[in-house]
Amino acid sequence: MTTANENAVAKYKNNFLKEVEATVEEGHWVKMCMQCGVCAGSCPFGPHWEHSPQKIFMMIRAGKREEVLKSDSMWMCTSCYNCMVRCPRELPITHIMHGLANYAYRLGLSPKGQPNQAIAKLFWDSALKYGRVNELKFSLAMYFRDGFVQGVKNALAMQSVGLGLVKAGRLNPMEIISGHTCKDTSGIHKMIAKAREIEDRRRGLA
Amino acid sequence: MTASIATNQTILVVGGGIAGMTAALEAAECGKQVILAEKTPTLGGRTSLLYRYFPKMCHPTCGLEINLRRLRGNPNVRVMTMTEVAAVTGSRGNYAVTLKVKPRYVTENCTACGDCGNAVSAEIPNPANYGMDKIKAAYLPHGMAYPQRFVIDPSIAATPEGEKAKAACKVDAVDLGMQEETLELTVGSVVWATGWRPYDANKIQPYGYDRYANVITSLEFERLADPRGPTGGKLLRPSDGKEAKNIAFIQCAGSRDENHLRHCSRICCMATLKQTQYVREALGDAGKSTIYYIDIRAIDRFEDFYQNVQKDATVSFIKSKVARIALNEENNSPILHGVDTEGYHRYASEHDLVVLAVGMEPEVTGVKLPDDIILDSSNFIEGSKTEGMFGAGSASSPLDVNRSVQSATAAAMRAVQVIHKTASTEAA
Repeated sequence: MTTANENAVAKYKNNFLKEVEATVEEGHWVKMCMQCGVCAGSCPFGPHWEHSPQKIFMMIRAGKREEVLKSDSMWMCTSCYNCMVRCPRELPITHIMHGLANYAYRLGLSPKGQPNQAIAKLFWDSALKYGRVNELKFSLAMYFRDGFVQGVKNALAMQSVGLGLVKAGRLNPMEIISGHTCKDTSGIHKMIAKAREIEDRRRGLA
Repeated sequence: MTASIATNQTILVVGGGIAGMTAALEAAECGKQVILAEKTPTLGGRTSLLYRYFPKMCHPTCGLEINLRRLRGNPNVRVMTMTEVAAVTGSRGNYAVTLKVKPRYVTENCTACGDCGNAVSAEIPNPANYGMDKIKAAYLPHGMAYPQRFVIDPSIAATPEGEKAKAACKVDAVDLGMQEETLELTVGSVVWATGWRPYDANKIQPYGYDRYANVITSLEFERLADPRGPTGGKLLRPSDGKEAKNIAFIQCAGSRDENHLRHCSRICCMATLKQTQYVREALGDAGKSTIYYIDIRAIDRFEDFYQNVQKDATVSFIKSKVARIALNEENNSPILHGVDTEGYHRYASEHDLVVLAVGMEPEVTGVKLPDDIILDSSNFIEGSKTEGMFGAGSASSPLDVNRSVQSATAAAMRAVQVIHKTASTEAA
């Protein structure tokens, strides 16, 4: 049994651009980048990540598959959309970054322990399980991600915010037991499973 | 002037810049009757507002002088300034044209002596310097103005200031009672040489043209470099009047951008390369020019100009579209932020002055044109459905002076063909 990553390597050989175009959301836009650098300069997180969008796009075209998929850059995107509105060629840069992050994760190449990746996964797991995000369980799962002692420390540090949310009616402590799901969770599960099946087939991840 | 001066054998040329003058003259020298309609008080257009042309760095006085001499000697061209086209209907060989002539308040008696200008005290922003300085409200548009005739600004026409101008005039050339006139003409063909305007730099929000005094456009820089400009040819910062020594040029300011102008304006690379030589001319080795660019597009034979500028030690090139401009509050100097493409280095570079190489937008953008006209996706004129109207110069495509002239000659020839065919049809 080969992995999805091995399959992709075998299928696209050295043509990483073609692979991105076929498998990454909005990936067909990558070839349109004219390397002006406005996205990189406009990114509020710019200095804090390894590769700017402009550089990632050039790396894709240069076939630097491992470096791109293992990069933490896509995970640092905060979806502020500054790059996207300023891009002179109207590339959907934010969407491509998320598409790349998703693809890297599905291949098992994304950086392990990357905090934004962890929060994204917890968020999705909660949404998929209940049909909507159970905020209390989601927050607790985040706090206790690095063990029990750190979790208690995190919870105490965020105590006032939590109490404020409870008072404002934005957070229900009873959700720890039940509640805050959608009416037909099994229906949601089936729907998501079907959507994933179709998507995986299309992207060659099945 | 009456409508009988024009027939369907006449060619109307709209716009009196370098392309319009050329198209009118080429057709007139083929023996055709031409009406040259210009919106402003003078011919010459934006060409006359340049300091120098590339690539030979000659002054526009030279190229325009030749055309003006041809014009003076040719009875076939009727020049109408302060005239706008209000409507065109009909088709190839038979267009009905409505022209609106704005009052100049100065008649043909004017000798351009300047007494009216000395007499009035009201001032208006100087259109020849893009409003960077002021001139008297009774003025000659600029030294090369054709016709060499003063204009009285409508803001003072009905005021005591206007009366002062009238009283000062020794040849009785001031007529404050002039009204706007409407003329109906028939013409056989129309050449649209309506030209271009600089893209509104205020719309490029991250560059702060509207907020920072020391961010100017390339056209304003032309005026700074020109001895007839607002600073007498000195490169002074608008904020404090100090000499700007370290100047940044930002390419593609509005061009090649789906959010602004989607076309490449083609002239701006050469214009900037030329302007770095203004900096050298003014400051020698003490000046410093930095060009921020996506690609340098110095087309065909201009490549050698580019190579010569590359050899100039005072000019440096940074491959990067600047992302945004911030301000150093202490000295009002703009700070350019971005990431370069040759190594992906993040920079924050301070300059004394920033020149935005603004793109060319067709002057007809936003204007209702005859239904017959075919525009491209950037509003440049491609032609007309019945092939009786033609675009010329930078109305048809972003062109430099040289190529505008070529384009205008081509358009004139096609208009002459229309007239010939109309004449032979009628004779038959």
